[in-house]
Amino acid sequence: MIDLLNALVLFSNFVLVPAIAYGSQLALGALGITLVFGILRFSNFAHGDTMAFGTMVVVLTTWWLQSVGIGLGPLPTALLALPVGIVATALMVLATDKAVYEHYRHRKASPITFVIASTGVMFVMNGLVRFIIGPDDQKLTDGSRFLFTAREFKQATGLNEGLAIKTSQCLTVVLAVVLVAVLFWFLQKTKTGKSMRAYSDNENLALLSGVDPDKVVRVTWIIAAGLATIAGALYGLDKSFKPFTYFQLLLPMFASAIVGGLGKPFGAIAGGFIIAFSEVTITYAYKKFLTYLVPESWAPENLVQLLSTDYKFAVSFVILVIVLLFRPTGIFRGRVI
Amino acid sequence: MSYLAGNNMVGGYGGADILKGCTVEVDRGEIAVVVGPNGAGKSTAMKAMLGMLDLREGNVVLDGKDITNLSPQDRVAEGMAFVPQTDNVFAGMTVEENLEMGAFLRDDDISETMNQIYDLFPILREKRHQSAGELSGGQRQQVAVGRAMMTQPTVLMLDEPTAGVSPIVMDELFDRIIEVKHTGVAVLMVEQNARQALAIADRGYVLVTGENRHTDTGEALLADPEVRRSFLGG
Repeated sequence: MIDLLNALVLFSNFVLVPAIAYGSQLALGALGITLVFGILRFSNFAHGDTMAFGTMVVVLTTWWLQSVGIGLGPLPTALLALPVGIVATALMVLATDKAVYEHYRHRKASPITFVIASTGVMFVMNGLVRFIIGPDDQKLTDGSRFLFTAREFKQATGLNEGLAIKTSQCLTVVLAVVLVAVLFWFLQKTKTGKSMRAYSDNENLALLSGVDPDKVVRVTWIIAAGLATIAGALYGLDKSFKPFTYFQLLLPMFASAIVGGLGKPFGAIAGGFIIAFSEVTITYAYKKFLTYLVPESWAPENLVQLLSTDYKFAVSFVILVIVLLFRPTGIFRGRVI
Repeated sequence: MSYLAGNNMVGGYGGADILKGCTVEVDRGEIAVVVGPNGAGKSTAMKAMLGMLDLREGNVVLDGKDITNLSPQDRVAEGMAFVPQTDNVFAGMTVEENLEMGAFLRDDDISETMNQIYDLFPILREKRHQSAGELSGGQRQQVAVGRAMMTQPTVLMLDEPTAGVSPIVMDELFDRIIEVKHTGVAVLMVEQNARQALAIADRGYVLVTGENRHTDTGEALLADPEVRRSFLGG
């Protein structure tokens, strides 16, 4: 019985909790991708680097706040810096839209043209971020690192295995739930939100109904920038901030959006958790977990790890390929690229 | 001069002219029906009156005002409503949201108009919380007409509203359109089901290759032996 509990705690500590936090971060990122796809009708390859840009601003603002001695006590200072990051990123993507995408929109360019243009934007933003903050790992987190540590958990429960919950993980889940609730309320209940859904659903009819396309596009970019910055900052708090990692996040985020169904906000959330759980469960070494559960003589000798963590991106990729082959509309019947 | 008139319209989609000087007019409290063989420019004439294509010659006049250079959106704000032939509802949104979107430009209380629409199409009240994409073809057309009526338009333009619906649904839809006409709206309709449409028309236009071939009351056109022979199959 104790062994079973130990196994469960071990599993929670290394799989369940990290996957929920990572899934929330992916979901927020994928929401931005899916919104841009639904409204602007193209796959925004620059989304990962938009995240990097936003997080960079948050990191820089956090450093400044720390240097003047402003903090939030046990909570990370980055939370205070978040609004600055969101505003800066929103201005950045609006400027990008004005400089790049608007031109193609007026020419009614095909979606693939937009995708290639967004790839260009991706490289520019990529370079900009490295130019400003450098390619190295940056530390973003401060305040108290843990809600409770593995040792405290062990002392409290008397189990062999500990369960630690980081402040950043808790923060991620809370913020994600709040943001998703606000976003859905906005899309379902407000006039602007409804006009965005209408524009995504049937552009011509929305125009005939008097929906202002420029406003819809603007609001979409602002929301996408906000979600990207928050997702990026949370990922940075949870792990660390490194520009290249954010570029790599593009794959799992797109996989999440496509698995859930492109253009479907709810799908992006489900997709985020599917990808996160697949990635974490497939790359976790089950040796210790199984040792608790099976008789001693059956205990595995190797790590019982399906895939090395170095290959974690292969998981998103394989899921993406399978979905595109067998159900290109995704779980919630979104659009096909 | 009628309430809405497209006079001597010449134009097309960039290439050769599709409209070659045709005229279509409709007054408030009237139904005008445009019929003709495929490729006659029926839908094009209607789109020109809504501003969806540029005219090379001729003009469009609404209530004595030249609106030839207004965009479709501006014409909607002037009181024109349009029901496209296909993709004419927001399939992923509920019936009620479709109606709300129809009234997007209005800032006043829309609940009364919505009630009027529900009285006109009782089935929509029943299905108000269902998404429009799940409805039958006929119900969907009702949503489309209802959405267009939410701006309280003075002109309602319908592009083949009965395409693809059953004869029973078609009769019902025509009954509703007559009710709309009695509220003082000018109704302009392009139709494939020429015989049935002309039967409810106060004015009928037979277009051939972008020109007016016959113009008369619906009744007179139905009685005209040449129209019957050429366009109504005897």
